[in-house]
Amino acid sequence: MTDWTSRSAGAIAAAVKAGEITARSVVEAHLAAVAARNGTLNAFTDILAERALARADAIDRMRAGGAPLPPLAGVPFAAKNLYDIAGLATHAGSRINRDLPPAEADSPLIQRLEAAGAILIGATNMTEYAYGFTSDNAHDGPARNPHDTARTTGGSSSGTAAAVAGGLATFGLGSDTNGSIRVPAAFCGLFGLKPTYGALSRAGSFPFVSSLDHLGPLARTAADCALAFDAMAGPDTADPMCARSKPAPVVPELAKGLAGIRIARAAGHYAQNGMPDVLAAVSVAADRLGATDEVVFPEAHRARAAAFVITMVEGAALHRGRLKARAADFDPEVRDRLIAGAILPGAWVMQAQRFRRWFLDQALGLFATHDVILAPAVPCVAPKIGERTFVLDGVELPVRAHLGVYTQPISFIGLPVMTVPLATAGLPIGVQLIAAPGREDLALRVAAAMESEGIARSGTAWIKPASDGIVKTRKN
Amino acid sequence: MGTEAADDLALIRRAVEAEGLPILPEYEAGVLANLVIARRMAALVLDFELPDAAEPAPVFDPREAAR
Repeated sequence: MTDWTSRSAGAIAAAVKAGEITARSVVEAHLAAVAARNGTLNAFTDILAERALARADAIDRMRAGGAPLPPLAGVPFAAKNLYDIAGLATHAGSRINRDLPPAEADSPLIQRLEAAGAILIGATNMTEYAYGFTSDNAHDGPARNPHDTARTTGGSSSGTAAAVAGGLATFGLGSDTNGSIRVPAAFCGLFGLKPTYGALSRAGSFPFVSSLDHLGPLARTAADCALAFDAMAGPDTADPMCARSKPAPVVPELAKGLAGIRIARAAGHYAQNGMPDVLAAVSVAADRLGATDEVVFPEAHRARAAAFVITMVEGAALHRGRLKARAADFDPEVRDRLIAGAILPGAWVMQAQRFRRWFLDQALGLFATHDVILAPAVPCVAPKIGERTFVLDGVELPVRAHLGVYTQPISFIGLPVMTVPLATAGLPIGVQLIAAPGREDLALRVAAAMESEGIARSGTAWIKPASDGIVKTRKN
Repeated sequence: MGTEAADDLALIRRAVEAEGLPILPEYEAGVLANLVIARRMAALVLDFELPDAAEPAPVFDPREAAR
């Protein structure tokens, strides 16, 4: 008997189209998995069973009526709870937003995915207001890593990563301001796509740092990321930064493989600052891809620092009113960062913004000689939940701040990145495939080739529950 | 607590109050820790010499820049 909770989006849609399975049965299988595992994984904060089954029935009626089915027909997906979902308040991981009126409509990306046949089954847990690289959440409890439920999923798209890696959803939506798709994808052994800045509409999602905010998918195959991207990409006047034209589909590109793609490995900052086993795994992957050339993102450590400062200040500005009125209702970890951000000198931010232009120019120059740059995604494997520091090169570093050391320089300048889970033993390790603006196709082609050649590997994971796996979940 | 940390705490109390934001005793250690990290990060940016003509990029289009 087929376990539909471990199949890819492409496989599910093909089976639904062929009549091998109904969309209702696929959704029911996932809802059963949610019922069995969400109490431990704490992936979902809202489960939309009634809505999902109604949409599944509509897909099944389309097929029965002989209508052509769309590319994601019957594929269950999850969305981080900063996406607007009609009828639900958009929590963004906070207590404060629970007092907002329910959203009147789904966010455009959810609408586009459902127009393509996918079925939203719930909203997922996240780090409060998307500010943090761990799954800690003082209100909803931490999402737990399906590979080891004592460990963090990473954040801030924590629940989405737990849902997809745990077989509760086929793919999911996250957001990435400084690494919040890529860090959890890496820790949970998933593919994650942070597209070019402006490639996907952010309308109908709760913002964080406007000039750094990206939305994108997490999935268990590179092709599923491509399917989701194609379904969601296209102009949207409701997001002033969204691209004005629809990009060419990336799915047809995947079959082209590595032919003609010049791959380099990132040196300098990216060959330091990480645990030896992580850097060694990345090096092995680069060797297998034949990526012998090295390139350096100049001053990447300063780019990361500039993103850090901009985030603190822009985040503080966004939440200023809530800090004044309801400071005690914030997650303390987030509140204290935002208050500090509210008092930083303006000149720091302006210098960071000026540095951003310089760094973008330098980074774009790298793509004159190479098409895709391979770099580690995270400096370590998933830390234990509650672990506050770790030791690297004899220096004790704060977990929450250090996990973005490799992701922040790239989102800082809006480059597209695929995070790819390496086929290693033990806990997952992820790499970034970084491409020039608008070249998601190249990063996806390399990701798909790594998968087919056994360099990358994903899949559902389900490890015994941790003994302290007591969690809270709200249902609609 | 060292002199520097005490000075920073005094700065935090005054600056946060001037901003009209709340600062309760239980917030102070966390705000101080974040201020220290921010200062370290900002130093990396401020220490880097940029040409006077370097334009800020608060909102940008990376695709446009790539052309």
